[in-house]
Amino acid sequence: MIPAPFDYQRASSVDEAIELLRQHGEDAKLLAGGHSLLPLMKLRLAQPSVLVDIGRIADLSYVSETPADGRVLRIGALTRHHDLATSELVREQVPLLAHVASRIGDPQVRHRGTIGGSVVHGDPASDLPAALLALRATLVVRGPAGERSIPADEFFTGFLETAIAPDEVLTEIRVPAVPGVGWAFEKFNRRAQDWAIVGVAAVMTDGAGGPGVGLVNMGPQPMRAAGVEEALRAGASLGEAAARADEGTDPPTDLNGSAEYRRHLARVLVRRALETASG
Amino acid sequence: MSILGTRVVRVEDPRLLTGGGTYTADVRDPRLEGALHATFVRSAVAHGALRGVDVDEARRMPGVVDVVVGAEVDLPPVPGTVNRAMARPYLAVDRVRFVGEPVAVVLTERPEQGPDAAELVVVDVDPLPPVVGTDAALADETLLFPEVGTNLVAEAGAPDGATAPDGPAGCEVVVRQRMVNQRLAACPLEVRSSAAAWDGGRLVVWCSTQNAHGVHDALVRAYGLDPADVRVIAPDVGGGFGAKIGAHPEDLVLPWLARRVGRPVRWVETRTENMTAMVHGRAQVHEVTIGGRRDGTIEAYHLDIVQDAGAYPAMGAYLPRLTQAMAAGTYAVDRVTSRSRVVVTTTTPVASYRGAGRPEATAAIERAVDLFAAEVGLDPAEVRRRNLVPRFDEPHTTAAGATYDTGDYPAALERALAAAGYEELRAEQARRREAGDPIALGIGVSTYVEVTTGPYAGSEVGWVEVRPGGDAGVEVVVGTGASPHGQGLATALAMLVSHHTGLPHDAVRVVHGDTDLVAGGTGTFGSRSLQLGGSAVRGAAVEVVEQARRLAAEQLEAAADDVVLDPATGRFHVAGTPAVGRTWAEVLAAAGVPALRAEHTFTATQPTYPFGAHVAVVEVDTETGDVRLRRLVACDDAGRIVNPLLAEGQRHGGLAQGVAQALYEQVVFDDDGNPLTATFADYAVVSAAELPSFELVDMETPTFVNPLGAKGIGESGTIGSTPAVHNAVCDALAHLGVRHVDMPCTPERVWRAIRDATR
Repeated sequence: MIPAPFDYQRASSVDEAIELLRQHGEDAKLLAGGHSLLPLMKLRLAQPSVLVDIGRIADLSYVSETPADGRVLRIGALTRHHDLATSELVREQVPLLAHVASRIGDPQVRHRGTIGGSVVHGDPASDLPAALLALRATLVVRGPAGERSIPADEFFTGFLETAIAPDEVLTEIRVPAVPGVGWAFEKFNRRAQDWAIVGVAAVMTDGAGGPGVGLVNMGPQPMRAAGVEEALRAGASLGEAAARADEGTDPPTDLNGSAEYRRHLARVLVRRALETASG
Repeated sequence: MSILGTRVVRVEDPRLLTGGGTYTADVRDPRLEGALHATFVRSAVAHGALRGVDVDEARRMPGVVDVVVGAEVDLPPVPGTVNRAMARPYLAVDRVRFVGEPVAVVLTERPEQGPDAAELVVVDVDPLPPVVGTDAALADETLLFPEVGTNLVAEAGAPDGATAPDGPAGCEVVVRQRMVNQRLAACPLEVRSSAAAWDGGRLVVWCSTQNAHGVHDALVRAYGLDPADVRVIAPDVGGGFGAKIGAHPEDLVLPWLARRVGRPVRWVETRTENMTAMVHGRAQVHEVTIGGRRDGTIEAYHLDIVQDAGAYPAMGAYLPRLTQAMAAGTYAVDRVTSRSRVVVTTTTPVASYRGAGRPEATAAIERAVDLFAAEVGLDPAEVRRRNLVPRFDEPHTTAAGATYDTGDYPAALERALAAAGYEELRAEQARRREAGDPIALGIGVSTYVEVTTGPYAGSEVGWVEVRPGGDAGVEVVVGTGASPHGQGLATALAMLVSHHTGLPHDAVRVVHGDTDLVAGGTGTFGSRSLQLGGSAVRGAAVEVVEQARRLAAEQLEAAADDVVLDPATGRFHVAGTPAVGRTWAEVLAAAGVPALRAEHTFTATQPTYPFGAHVAVVEVDTETGDVRLRRLVACDDAGRIVNPLLAEGQRHGGLAQGVAQALYEQVVFDDDGNPLTATFADYAVVSAAELPSFELVDMETPTFVNPLGAKGIGESGTIGSTPAVHNAVCDALAHLGVRHVDMPCTPERVWRAIRDATR
């Protein structure tokens, strides 16, 4: 369990991190909480030649409301899962997100892992990406050319692939506040610490996009249950909508479940999530 | 009042819980000065002809002192267990037989240099067809040992037991079921680790093992050394669960490497190596046939076993004998037959794991009894009532040939049922079924009996030495041939010594796991340590007390027979005149002896047979197949209990591992023989979050086999809980038409069973 040799550089600011990424190109990887990257490195499944440690950039760990209208929550990319789960502001304004963060891994993971790290890793088995899809969050990234915002829908592009460029740093996650809106998170796993075999994050927003439903582990990338959302917008019953949960998905077959079983689980769990969120 | 039977907290814990433990990797000893670090290069192919191993590039890596391949190791291979012809080389020579088999070893100055160099060793293998699963092995189409001519390691028992007219086949009701007792990994918190140094002509080895003496004997054999020239030390050991009995090939080859390079060598494996190259457990396929009458009387039972021994027959090749010996379980069945076949496959070798052969026997017959009960339409608890062996205080020999010492199975069953509130649970189950509740309630019952100390009469050695020192004026050092590694045996031994000497238990220091300090020990496995090791230490303590009593009598100018030891004060005095006496310190000082010492070997006349009954309650989400264990009631009888706290700890750990087999854990290989459960992300070790608070029911039926009246408790929890939980899952689904689900009862398996039964 010893990683391949690598260089270690510590960045004290986002600009310095961007500069280090520019210097080292695609061989460099950002290190935040390390709870996705380091296990892969120990198994030698990831062998970056340079680690750029951004874990100590203090001003990337925060939760605050946008001053202008207070309708969007701004979350620093280095905010740890535990802080997200226990933030009064998040619990009040986006309770789904706080709850999802509280169910990640185990206490050690939640005290080290960060929301930004989880998002840029792009793992379809992670819980936060699905929640951010359901919430229609926006990801703010900064690179040599400056800052840009990417809707969560456009962020996850493939298996462990995202729209972020090799020299960009995710700095902030912007989540529309949904106080008092019904929500639910169904995480189906065998053991408390496991990744979800299938997970469902649902929020019953009634704005332009209608309810949002995100799926965990139903394809190569985090995805939304598009068929379910469409059915709900069209006024279908919860049951009818849930029946379309696996539409457009491409679930994996692994030790924890076959694709067929995951499709079944998705339909059951989406129905339960919608019932809870509407209840 | 005696200290025995009280909840003395573990004397080991303050040190272990505050980071004071010294595990093999922590050992800092002058003899290990300048030690090189061994990194094994392992086969990535399950089966193949080994054409060559190119080590040139690896040799040029920083810190590399030597790289060794199998053909260079001129030690005799390790003979196969049961079938000696299937011998195992230390490093593969001309054939690889499982993924993870050592092929070469890299020696480096620093530990972190090893993996970088090992990556560059090129192993040239011509792949051969893998042999995965017992059916493939029995087909004998691809042979692991062509020179042997078959994959069959051994066969024992009655091949026609299932079909013979005087067996279950001739009964009014016959039920058959094939079931898999899946392969498990022991998952000790401390992975394997060894260190070897040549100290002049003497070999000193530190090893994370359950029995230093077993490693000692294996080294003596491998190296042809005089036993006195080998010292093995097992420092603190972080769990073994059977998988660390004796030495693995990696442990045994270290001294050879050390001799070759002229420097000490040490080794610590990774978790993935532990999951793929340390022995696994269980791995049997069963076909049970049970026969009886419609009134619920069981008349005959046949158990057919195919044991997957993995690539090389180790202890796993012997396990079915234990399973066969215990085939009858707790039941008074007149006709019990069994057959076992042991095969090699291109997978990790199999050996002991908590219970080793006995959990398999219990799992088989307890499922069979439930299937029989379902077939005749009777409550499974009722069928057990009608067929259990009644209470016995004299040895009882079963139709499978085992001779149980003492037991009261009906009482254990009734206590467990009462504690569980069995009738109310059945009523609740009926209510849910009536209401069509999608969360089904399942109630599982098991009764078990197991054999501890091994199938034959065991023995263990111990010594007790009382010498001046400490707060009490004397200190006691106790040596045991047992090799505790987490069980708390030192606490139990200190209590026994305190009881017999009258000295405080915290004045007792226990040494173990060092072949120089305790000659001729056997180790800790098979739930043997307290009953054998404790009886030996008790014997030594009694002898030391006798020595002191005779000295005290001289000093008190009394007849030896008139002097007694007051266990409450630890003083010797003439019977009836306690005011005039001698403390241990005074006896030693007056006698002018540096210490009093006695050694005692206790040999049992036969094994002991702890028993019990468990009741499990599960909830099954019939929409998803998710199973949650809600309650686990365990009545375990291990004879007299020296320390209930220690016994409960053993039961808790055992119950957790037993539940894990029923619901979570399974070692999986793909069709090519690649291990798919090589990390803790993929192998579902159970955690506290998945378990309810256990409901323990106490029962003590002493044995006559040893002076403590104690039986083993280390494996009981595992043995009883697996079938209880397994039966509970199947019971929860019975009303949906599901008859059986194999272990582990994963959500998908349960979902498929429901779907297949209801569509």
